[in-house]
Amino acid sequence: MTPATRFAVAIAALPLVAGAVLPSPAAEIPLNERRSAYEDMSRDNKAMQDDDTSNPGILGVLDGEMLWSTPAGASGKSCADCHGDAKSSMKGVAARHPAFDPVSGRPLDLEQRINLSRQQDQKAPPFAAESKELLALTAYVAMQSRGEPVAPPDDPRLAPFIEIGRALFNARQGQLNLSCAQCHDDNWGKSLAGNVVPQAHPTGYPIYRLEWQSLGSLQRRLRNCMIGMRAEPYAYGALEYVDMELYLMWRARGMKMETPGVRP
Amino acid sequence: MMRLAATTVALLAAPATAQEALLPYEIVGDTIPKSLTGAPGDAERGRAVVVKRESTCLLCHSGPFPEQRFQGDLSPSLKGAGARWSEGELRLRLVDAARLNPATIMPSYYRIDGLTRVAQNYRGKPVLTAEQIEDVVAYLMTLKD
Ligand code: HEC
Ligand code: HEC
Repeated sequence: MTPATRFAVAIAALPLVAGAVLPSPAAEIPLNERRSAYEDMSRDNKAMQDDDTSNPGILGVLDGEMLWSTPAGASGKSCADCHGDAKSSMKGVAARHPAFDPVSGRPLDLEQRINLSRQQDQKAPPFAAESKELLALTAYVAMQSRGEPVAPPDDPRLAPFIEIGRALFNARQGQLNLSCAQCHDDNWGKSLAGNVVPQAHPTGYPIYRLEWQSLGSLQRRLRNCMIGMRAEPYAYGALEYVDMELYLMWRARGMKMETPGVRP
Repeated sequence: MMRLAATTVALLAAPATAQEALLPYEIVGDTIPKSLTGAPGDAERGRAVVVKRESTCLLCHSGPFPEQRFQGDLSPSLKGAGARWSEGELRLRLVDAARLNPATIMPSYYRIDGLTRVAQNYRGKPVLTAEQIEDVVAYLMTLKD
């Protein structure tokens, strides 16, 4: 499907209440009122994220650092052989993904970009979604952007995909007939049975979630929210997730990257 | 979310039943005056439905439930609901709150049409059964102050 038709499908999926005016999508959060879920964490969880010696996500980052310099695939090359020191070559890269890929004609998220390099440049099989290796490398690359502002590329080819992501974010779905925006734009800061509803910024991903006892991707987080809405989650890697990730990054533009984030 | 997800897993084990038609009901003004089942609900069972996680009420609402540590504040407290509303008004608010306010975040608990991408294990089923709706209505009517 072209972006335009997929957009139309996403819009058509918005439920129409008979005889009622379609409610206008929730208002976006004013830029200066945006805050990371980090701000609402307990003092202990903040300290855990802040201190690299106690942040459990760092273990994954260290695995990623090792993979970065390990040769792989038929090329016999490591990431470092082509990109050198990630501290300089990967700085800011996570902050500008998803980015437009001219070959597929669509945005690719950081995990997809890493797997593309693995296949094309290293001549190695891609890592599976949510595999330890893919999360580790993604966390290692993303940590090189820690403290950098989220900077979605100013690329007009991304615009239709941002709109699809926005439409999905505002569409009601699932048995509970909720939209992402109803919680994250309209009710952030309130208590959902004791959990503070965050604004849903993607700035800490991959995160270490204490509930998961592991690193997890942004797609895993989106999947969790869809299950909560009693909506059928998409398969990992689905275009819809990437479009939502792109919209979330656009929505968080200018906010600070914090990978590896810690979340309860 | 964590608790919602756990609920989902538990319910996955239940066999998916074919879509059952909902019992018909009549809306009069902003009420459904008659019991969906034709019988009055049981307030004690209704309270149990409200506090049960799978029912989702306490995600958003709080109320007189001292044994429940986790209650929400996305919406008004259920305290006094039976004084503010009549039985028929409460019934319509539970069955299909979106009828009264299309933008509401409150789910429609007895509706299966007009929904998108419902997870497979919930497809074709209302969140609550007609009996449960009647029990909850009976319970809410006891919340007079
Ligand atoms: C009923 C409320 C609700 C809905 C609907 C909802 N979420 Fe969430 N979301 C939450 C809560 C609560 C959390 C915090 C984590 C937790 O408690 O499980 C969260 C966490 C998140 C986070 C992580 C933020 C962070 O800093 O780690 C993202 C991103 C997110 N949601 C995106 C979405 C998207 C996209 C959708 C729609 C597909 C959605 N959510 C639907 C309640 C909701
Ligand atoms: C996702 C959020 C959400 C959930 C879940 C939810 N509600 Fe509500 N409820 C609301 C909101 C918001 C209102 C305020 C009116 C409106 O927006 O329609 C409301 C209003 C009400 C009212 C009228 C309150 C008053 O006195 O003004 C009652 C009664 C009620 N809900 C009962 C329930 C019961 C019982 C359940 C579970 C079976 C439930 N709600 C689940 C959000 C929710």
